[in-house]
Amino acid sequence: MTAAVSFQHVSRHFGSVRAVDDVSIDIEAGEFFAMLGPSGSGKTTCLRLIAGFEQPTAGHIEIFGETAEGLPPYKRNVNTVFQDYALFPHMTVGENVAYGLMIKGMGRAERRHKADEALAMVKLEGFGERKPGQLSGGQRQRVALARALINQPQVLLLDEPLGALDLKLREQMQEELKALQKALRITFVFVTHDQGEALSMADRVAIFNNGRIVQVGTPSEVYEHPRSRFVADFVGSSNVLSPAFSRAHGGPAAWISLRPEKIDVLWPDAKIKDDHASAEAEVTAVHYQGAMTRIVAVAGETRLTATVTAQMASGIGAGERVRLQWPLKALVTMEADE
Amino acid sequence: MTAAATMQQRGSRLTGLSDFFFRRPGALTLVLLLAPLMWIGIVYVGSLLALLLQSFYSLDDFSGLVVHKFTLSTYAQLGEPANVDIIIRTATMAACVTVTGAIIAFPIAYYAARHARGPMKAAFYLAVMMPLWSSYLVKVYAWKLILAKEGIITWLAGETHTTWLLNAILGLPTIGGPSLSFSFTGTFIVFVYIWLPYMILPTQAALERVPKSYIEASADLGAHPRQTFWTVILPLALPGIVAGSIFTFSLTLGDYIIPQIIGNSRFFIGQAVYTLQGTAGNIPLAAAFTVVPMVIMGLYLMGAKRLGAFDAL
Repeated sequence: MTAAVSFQHVSRHFGSVRAVDDVSIDIEAGEFFAMLGPSGSGKTTCLRLIAGFEQPTAGHIEIFGETAEGLPPYKRNVNTVFQDYALFPHMTVGENVAYGLMIKGMGRAERRHKADEALAMVKLEGFGERKPGQLSGGQRQRVALARALINQPQVLLLDEPLGALDLKLREQMQEELKALQKALRITFVFVTHDQGEALSMADRVAIFNNGRIVQVGTPSEVYEHPRSRFVADFVGSSNVLSPAFSRAHGGPAAWISLRPEKIDVLWPDAKIKDDHASAEAEVTAVHYQGAMTRIVAVAGETRLTATVTAQMASGIGAGERVRLQWPLKALVTMEADE
Repeated sequence: MTAAATMQQRGSRLTGLSDFFFRRPGALTLVLLLAPLMWIGIVYVGSLLALLLQSFYSLDDFSGLVVHKFTLSTYAQLGEPANVDIIIRTATMAACVTVTGAIIAFPIAYYAARHARGPMKAAFYLAVMMPLWSSYLVKVYAWKLILAKEGIITWLAGETHTTWLLNAILGLPTIGGPSLSFSFTGTFIVFVYIWLPYMILPTQAALERVPKSYIEASADLGAHPRQTFWTVILPLALPGIVAGSIFTFSLTLGDYIIPQIIGNSRFFIGQAVYTLQGTAGNIPLAAAFTVVPMVIMGLYLMGAKRLGAFDAL
């Protein structure tokens, strides 16, 4: 089966800056694909290469088997939801949504009908006559979504679409986007710097750093088996253990990632379970976070963070001697990088 | 105790005043605006109303004195064919200058707003503003030399073997004449040149406010560059173009020096007002003539509003 989007050794340089540096990737049709990375890592440039706003300096891009480089945005069956939504302020919501159809030359009545349908799909019935300026951020986001989907694109690109929304709304939109993608079966390519968003929504995640993809996989793959310290750090938080520390505590002599939620915090005289390693440590800080408590402790030279339930954390304060325990199979060996 | 002492030290008369204004921001606004408001209210609007009042008086033909009695006879006089000619001539000229100015200004403004960066942008501002720093009269007289029969344009036409084209233009009725500097074509060229910066700057400001993402979104939704121009860029630049056209249109309507120096002997509104209030001493008719541009501008703005020129504001 042809990939929805295929990058083959694609680079995009701006002068001496390598925004995208030799990226190769296949995005499957119907997939919800997230591009995750810190700002300046090249993920947005990749999205713009798919949309056609940028042309690659080198390499080859295919969209459903068709060569994309050299093709202007208006000749691609790809639509974008912009970070700032980019709704046209001089048009009503309905005119904004129907813009793509108007450009194609569809009649006014039919256009209106389709725009109403698209607005209903994003739960904005009856908003067609308003101006974008009269809408809230969440509503504008939905209008941008309806406007992008009305052309029935083969691929929908979303550039940090939830970045400007508050937490509650963001969680709600995450669910709706996911449901919409399931219902429409359109390939979604989603750019975000929020790892929680990427993990909860995407079928697969590509993690970007310095213009390159450092790891691709399902959310659980990249979370459970980060291949490098960068991924371990960026996706969730992680304890990075040096080869020396790891070997001293029954692990392999390699850089290790250990997730904070895998660590139990016990009293120093507690019994250690089978197949577990442990280390004595001194608690330096306790951060109450509602459902969970984050405990920072130092074992020798190594700083370890554990996320435990409030129940397990009760009675533990800074300066306390504790025993940290973790299952040996929670240790993830990483390639030594950086 | 030390805290109380510091508070005491600070409590001078001036800070008392500051506190008063802090509590009543309205009073501060009033104090700051009182002088300019009086200037606009009395000197500006007041004299405008006095002018309007004058236009409802009339001139006694025998004594040459102004009769201070309400009448519409001055406006009736304004409707005489010779005066209507002046009004139509001026309004047509202003409209041509505005449309041409907008067409010339747009690409320049577009380049400056969307492409020029750094030193190029500075060079643009200099190039647009510099003509405004030199005297208006010097520029107009310079143009008179350029457009004269012995001037560079006639010479250039000779060198490029296009004298026939120049003569064809000068041979046209109404806009032609003995030479460019004695024709409405010349008047038109100089008007366009003189008022162009007032069209470029607001257009550029409007274009600068159009985010790049709007243009990308339009292309993303399938619009060719030409469609994007007509449906997104132009409507969003329109308030700026209208602002510029208000300048070029009203400045052309009121100017009396350019048509005096470059053009033929047929009057524009400004010249009519100048002659009527000076030599002829017919203040009421001069006042009535002055009301005409104001009415035209009012109608123009209403039309622009109805067409949605200010929707994007």
